[in-house]
Amino acid sequence: MHATDELPLERPTAGVWVWLPKAGFQRLIDALAATHRVVGPQVVDAAVVLADLARAEQLPAGVVDEQDGGRYRLRSDPEAGWFDHVVGPHSLKNFLFPARETVASFSREGGSWRQEEAAPADERPIAVIGARGCDLEALRVQDRVFLEGGYVDPAYARRRRGLFVVAVNCRRAAATCFCHSMGCGPAATHSFDLALTEHGERFACEVGSAAGADLLARAFPEPLLPCSADDVAQAKRVPEELASRMHARESVAGEPRPRSLDTEGIRDLLFSNLEHPRWEEVATRCLSCTNCTLVCPTCFCSSVTEVADLSGDRVDRERQWASCFTLDHARIHGGSVRSTTASRYRQWLTHKLAGWIDQFGSSGCTGCGRCITWCPVGIDLTEEVAAIRATDGSVAGPSPQPETPR
Amino acid sequence: MTSSASLPSTATAVARDPWRSHPVRIVRITDEIPGVRTYEVAFEDRAVREAFRFAPGQFNMLHLPGIGEAAISISSNRRFPATLAHTVRAVGNVTTAMSRLNENDCILVRGPFGTPWPLDASVDEVSPGGELIFVAGGLGLASQRAAILDAAHDRRRFGRVVVIHGAKTPGGLLYAREYDAWRSAGIEVELVVDDSGGGDSGGDRGWRGAIGTVVTALERLSFNPAKATILCCGPDAMMAAVGRIAVARGVEEARVFLSLERNMACAVGHCGLCQFGPEFVCKDGPVFPYDRIAGFLAVPRL
Repeated sequence: MHATDELPLERPTAGVWVWLPKAGFQRLIDALAATHRVVGPQVVDAAVVLADLARAEQLPAGVVDEQDGGRYRLRSDPEAGWFDHVVGPHSLKNFLFPARETVASFSREGGSWRQEEAAPADERPIAVIGARGCDLEALRVQDRVFLEGGYVDPAYARRRRGLFVVAVNCRRAAATCFCHSMGCGPAATHSFDLALTEHGERFACEVGSAAGADLLARAFPEPLLPCSADDVAQAKRVPEELASRMHARESVAGEPRPRSLDTEGIRDLLFSNLEHPRWEEVATRCLSCTNCTLVCPTCFCSSVTEVADLSGDRVDRERQWASCFTLDHARIHGGSVRSTTASRYRQWLTHKLAGWIDQFGSSGCTGCGRCITWCPVGIDLTEEVAAIRATDGSVAGPSPQPETPR
Repeated sequence: MTSSASLPSTATAVARDPWRSHPVRIVRITDEIPGVRTYEVAFEDRAVREAFRFAPGQFNMLHLPGIGEAAISISSNRRFPATLAHTVRAVGNVTTAMSRLNENDCILVRGPFGTPWPLDASVDEVSPGGELIFVAGGLGLASQRAAILDAAHDRRRFGRVVVIHGAKTPGGLLYAREYDAWRSAGIEVELVVDDSGGGDSGGDRGWRGAIGTVVTALERLSFNPAKATILCCGPDAMMAAVGRIAVARGVEEARVFLSLERNMACAVGHCGLCQFGPEFVCKDGPVFPYDRIAGFLAVPRL
């Protein structure tokens, strides 16, 4: 860290906006790569995923995604910028709370077990380029689970501490997006180090932290052009205008219906309809495949497996993502508490939209729409909630026999 | 480089690693009832042994490396925390593997976790003339033994103390060798079985106690609902029935406490497996006031 008097006067600080030319984006990536593992959006296997990013050309420029229940397609659009796709199946969760990791290791010597001290993590801190408002809200939601619930998960805390975020303000929404209903998008308003609003051949770049300012100073020794008050106002209007289009539920001809979710009293609505017939109805469509929980940026359930070497004297405890759609999730002696698909779908939806509020003071949903897109049969939680709201108070008849566990 | 803008302040706090386990030695194994044993364990590390404190109703995660972990209530007297007792029925992978262990074998323990029985709220100074009624179905008594021993030790601090314990058969009654000691400490012990075994099966013809369930035993018990605190542990359906009966008899919902059992992998609210409605059984429970969970307990397969 330089002393203040050694820094150019133009050095940006948090809260400042500067113009970042697209031609200089590689320098941003290079400067980040000096200290971080850089990941960003790119097209892999016909989807925009988050993966290691070395070159600006890897970004999905000119690519947009069409999303709907059970549907995800990419198409090229000459009008599209670098970040006019929205969210793919990945989120920050894949990096901060990886699908599989070792949480503790033990070895046996002379008949006694000892926990091995965790090896100093040689993993590089992570920098994510392209996080959206919904992604940042999901980050905050997972922080509450792993850092603020009374116990701290050490591995999450370590990665979270090193995280650098280059956010993007959305200019476009998919039909599955409903961040406007959940109050966390499309603008990126918190938890970023830099936030970009695309504008022609450059980005209006909002500096969100001292770390963001340091990065710009390292990447661009010559001062970047500051945004004027008018430039800033114009950049801020981009997500605002998108938000009003989303609120207006403006349908575009030939495109699927835009989503929204009425969250008014949603906790009490769902908890007072635990025996609503809709749970059985959705169970006739739900495959219990777990896709929705895997793509959800906030779902945090996990289980732990013991992995022993051949001698049995060295054991790793491996945590992997779990899903409330599996029978194992709620297994106690005598079987699973939630033996039916209806009970498992109910658990997922009521946890996400109701129980979460009790547990963490916020919804577990950010309106990213991933669970709608990646559901193989296109089950749409906004539709399920609307159906329950429309028939609030309905009660199913005598519940059917639990299905035979498979 | 750290990203100060995106880091919540609590993340910087040094917190205990929830995955830290400590080796323990099994110092004694006691056969209780068929399929159920009590394992008394002592921490190998003296500093851990001396620092360990628990409250009755809390549980430990017992870890058999290579097999897995099981959440088990601590059932010993907290005045002697140097050895911790865990009464275990061999039903799953971990508990079946435990049944093959011997004294002096080493396993690992994480804990203690969870909410305790609200004994302090039931002492005479707080609630004069109070009646503390334990209701335990089957192995549920294991989660209450530490609390019963507390009440026995501090008997004068409590008003009336009753233990209602039920099992399918007389041979399934847990800690039977201790009932006399509990009674001589001034605790009423009411035993009840579904099946005395004295019928066609030609079993224990000597059973002189009540036939029925802990629910019917609670219905029959004479007590003052305005002064009673009910502490209950057993299968969900039994606890739901006890809650209903207690409330029907005029006990305030907030003075009925139930200890739940659910699947759990972490015990600290991170793994999500133990969720019950909006509750994490591991850290919001396992002991819950009935008014907090009554609505959810009534919903099948929640």
